[in-house]
Amino acid sequence: MVTLTINGKQIKAPAGEMLLETIRRQDIEIPALCHHAAVEPFGACRLCTVEITRQSWDGWKNYVTSCLFPVEEGLIVQTHSSEVTRIRCTILDLLLASSPNSRVIQDLASEYGILASSYVVDAAGDDCILCGLCTRVCSELGMNAIATVERGRLKKVDTPFSEPSASCIGCTICAQVCPTGHIRFEERGLKRKIWYKEFKLIACSECGRSLKLTPEMKQYFSERQQLPEDYLEQCADCKQKQTVDRFNRIIDRSEEVI
Amino acid sequence: MCIKNSRQLKQVQRDFLTRDKQFTRKALICCGTGCLANGAQAIVDEFRIVMKKKRITGFSFEAVRSTGCHGFCEQGPLVIIEPEGIFYTKVKTSQVTDIIDTTIRKGVVIERLLFTNPVDGQKITHYPEVDFFTHQQRIVLRNLGKIAPHDIKEYIGNGGYAALDKALRRMQPQEVIDEISRSGLRGRGGGGFSTGRKWQTCADVESEMRYVVCNGDEGDPGAFMDRSIMEGDPHAVLEGMIIAAYAVGANQGYIYVREEYPLAVIHVQKAIEDCREIGLLGKNIFGTEFSFDIRIARGAGAFVCGESSALMKSVAGEVGEPRAKYIRSVVKGLYDQPTVLNNVETYANVPIIIDKGANWYCKIGTPKSAGTKVFSLVGKVRNTGLIEVPMGITLRRIIFDVGGGIIDDRPFKAVQTGGPSGGCLPDSMLDLPVDFDTLTANGSMMGSGGMIVMDDLTCMVDVARYFLEFLVKESCGKCVPCREGLYQLHGLVQKVCAGQGSEQDLDRMEQLSEVIVRGSLCGLGQSGPNPLLSTLKYFREEYLEHILHRRCPAGVCRDLIIYTINEKCTGCGACVKPCADVAITGEKKKLHVIDQDKCTQCGACMAVCNFDAVEVH
Ligand SMILES: Cc1cc2nc3c(=O)[nH]c(=O)nc-3n(C[C@H](O)[C@H](O)[C@H](O)COP(=O)(O)O)c2cc1C
Ligand code: SF4
Ligand code: SF4
Ligand code: SF4
Ligand code: SF4
Ligand code: FES
Ligand code: FES
Repeated sequence: MVTLTINGKQIKAPAGEMLLETIRRQDIEIPALCHHAAVEPFGACRLCTVEITRQSWDGWKNYVTSCLFPVEEGLIVQTHSSEVTRIRCTILDLLLASSPNSRVIQDLASEYGILASSYVVDAAGDDCILCGLCTRVCSELGMNAIATVERGRLKKVDTPFSEPSASCIGCTICAQVCPTGHIRFEERGLKRKIWYKEFKLIACSECGRSLKLTPEMKQYFSERQQLPEDYLEQCADCKQKQTVDRFNRIIDRSEEVI
Repeated sequence: MCIKNSRQLKQVQRDFLTRDKQFTRKALICCGTGCLANGAQAIVDEFRIVMKKKRITGFSFEAVRSTGCHGFCEQGPLVIIEPEGIFYTKVKTSQVTDIIDTTIRKGVVIERLLFTNPVDGQKITHYPEVDFFTHQQRIVLRNLGKIAPHDIKEYIGNGGYAALDKALRRMQPQEVIDEISRSGLRGRGGGGFSTGRKWQTCADVESEMRYVVCNGDEGDPGAFMDRSIMEGDPHAVLEGMIIAAYAVGANQGYIYVREEYPLAVIHVQKAIEDCREIGLLGKNIFGTEFSFDIRIARGAGAFVCGESSALMKSVAGEVGEPRAKYIRSVVKGLYDQPTVLNNVETYANVPIIIDKGANWYCKIGTPKSAGTKVFSLVGKVRNTGLIEVPMGITLRRIIFDVGGGIIDDRPFKAVQTGGPSGGCLPDSMLDLPVDFDTLTANGSMMGSGGMIVMDDLTCMVDVARYFLEFLVKESCGKCVPCREGLYQLHGLVQKVCAGQGSEQDLDRMEQLSEVIVRGSLCGLGQSGPNPLLSTLKYFREEYLEHILHRRCPAGVCRDLIIYTINEKCTGCGACVKPCADVAITGEKKKLHVIDQDKCTQCGACMAVCNFDAVEVH
């Protein structure tokens, strides 16, 4: 355990924990758009920047991203000092110029009092803020179906050569972690389309409704987890119904015996 | 052959010197990238052809050496005749026979091949008498232009690998680190971090594996210090790395060479193979317990790949993007192991420090910035090229003594140091000593050694715009302040260039810059606003001139200038053809005129007019 001060309050935190966790546990709200518990910290959005100092630093201050800065004994942290707020506001202002149509960015910016960007707005700018969450979760799954290509402002997330990727299993996890909802996928009946690739969805062997599961996902799960052969064949409703039926049969049979 | 002890090393050296002594004259032909581009290989070939037919006592084709770069590439191909040091510039193949018959056979100087001093028009016979070289102090570049870089025996013949021999046999690893620390050597790649301290930290981390990596990415536009060293004296870099590896206890090293440096790759590869062959790399170096090997990693060609964490990811085969971690790479670097990363020039300093001792070394330069620094001096100076000067020398001496002053005696305006992360210093700073701390304190930095001299025809707003444009293209795009912030900053500067800026824009630039500096993930963003901030600090009036009077005093910013033709026009019509926009009309031998609606301010007419008739306002 280490002891540190956050916004004037003394706090204990487990050694090795990242500052952002500690801060959030105090119910202090700071934005952290590229952070997700499932993947390693990345430090791309810089919104979680906080001010740190120490008694011994003689008034000197430093600015660090709390999502990847481990807590230290004696650290003095300010999460909303005027300089921190200025950095955060400028970043939001810049994001509002590059992704002007994103609701998430608009809402966050307005929380910080920014209603319109003061910079040159890229009207054609899409909602991707390049937080890298999608590519990181996909690689965490071991798929590496998407990655960033190009650099600077031309950078974007894509599959190799903008073609359907052989390794994509259609799990849509990337779309689910995307903080701005930029990754879209279509789903109609037993069809799903994501990243230029069409997937068939497995139908429930009982009722025929979609299991929201691609055969590739099923294979992925069965290869990595010890699941019964037929585990992923029925929808939750049907499974429940089967269970009830089974009980009913047992009850029926016991009645017979009596 | 395998060198197993000091005696055998000495023997190789003696053999080389004995062989060398049989030549009364030697011809050193510069075969660096610059001279090769000007036809140096053809000169070497011509020597070979001619010498097949001739017999000269004390000279044969063996005494013709293809050397590395002298740093004076604009005068290439260079041929130097030793021992006199007769210095021929811009040599052509047709002159080779004459050089052999006149200078090599008889020792007679060929006047018309000599270099003309651009300052006073005098011919200069000997190489050390050229101003460009006289004012330099060549320690790191000592072998460049003197030895054939692809011949390990020549390196050994000139005292090479004696430092390694000394370190391995007569010093403990800790003693090597102490010696480097005491020498005061600081990293030449940009930051100026103490090399000894870096090695010590790495050595102190508990670990099975450790790496030594050399940064040869050299991304600064126009800089070629590291390229020239790797091409012209690759063994000096290898020797420095082997000594570093011994000091910190590393067994594997990498040299990261930029993709655009094919010749450097060839020479370094050859040097590595030669070292392996004679037992200076691989198992049991010099017959000791110490084993170490080096591999080349080819750069991905992006500026940001020179940043330490991006470089290490690139070496490991990942995308070369900076990694955000508050843990230094000396502790956890390549493949998560403790790693020493130093610049090419830093390593090239190491052998001579070990050889001559820290006490000798720290007397060169200033107390806090010991040694020399190699710069690539370019821009509006008479002598451009690669130079090595002691730290603490003033900017004035570099520009006016080594560089020979400003072309056409125009007024000096600014000098840009440190590449895209550095800044511009005005004439009031010409007497500043050039060292790490002084440059930083004044808003610029040492960087890896780019130095661009500017005259009064350079617009400082345009300079800031140029560097920002470079950085916007080179930002890896990972973090928001750099990716979006530099882009917006560039837009604001462009607005000023176009005459549409306002005074508030200047304040906004400063505020945005501060956030980019504080908020960016890596050094590229953190130092990216430097060229802008330094020009704003020292040349604010020039910005205001653009804003308040819509005027570009240097006559550079296209939206703010017009070209006209004055009465000096002879009607020669030379300007009509280069004007692709056909804005110029006029009858032969009569005054020509420029149609302002059609003119795109390209300046082509001004460049061709021989009568100073085209004016820019
Ligand atoms: C954007 C960026 C580009 C860099 N490019 C280079 C480079 O081309 N060569 C180099 O030696 N160092 C470069 N550096 C500095 C390196 O990160 C590192 O500090 C240096 O190689 C350490 O070696 P030294 O201590 O010998 O200087 C760069 C840094 C940044 C932030
Ligand atoms: S849907 Fe495809 S791209 Fe997205 S996380 Fe799953 S495998 Fe990766
Ligand atoms: S698509 Fe979404 S998750 Fe992926 S980088 Fe862009 S904003 Fe982040
Ligand atoms: S500062 Fe620029 S170059 Fe560095 S990580 Fe951020 S975007 Fe990439
Ligand atoms: S500046 Fe260019 S476009 Fe204008 S008149 Fe001269 S050559 Fe033509
Ligand atoms: S959450 Fe920390 S930098 Fe994005
Ligand atoms: S390449 Fe010949 S002087 Fe530079």
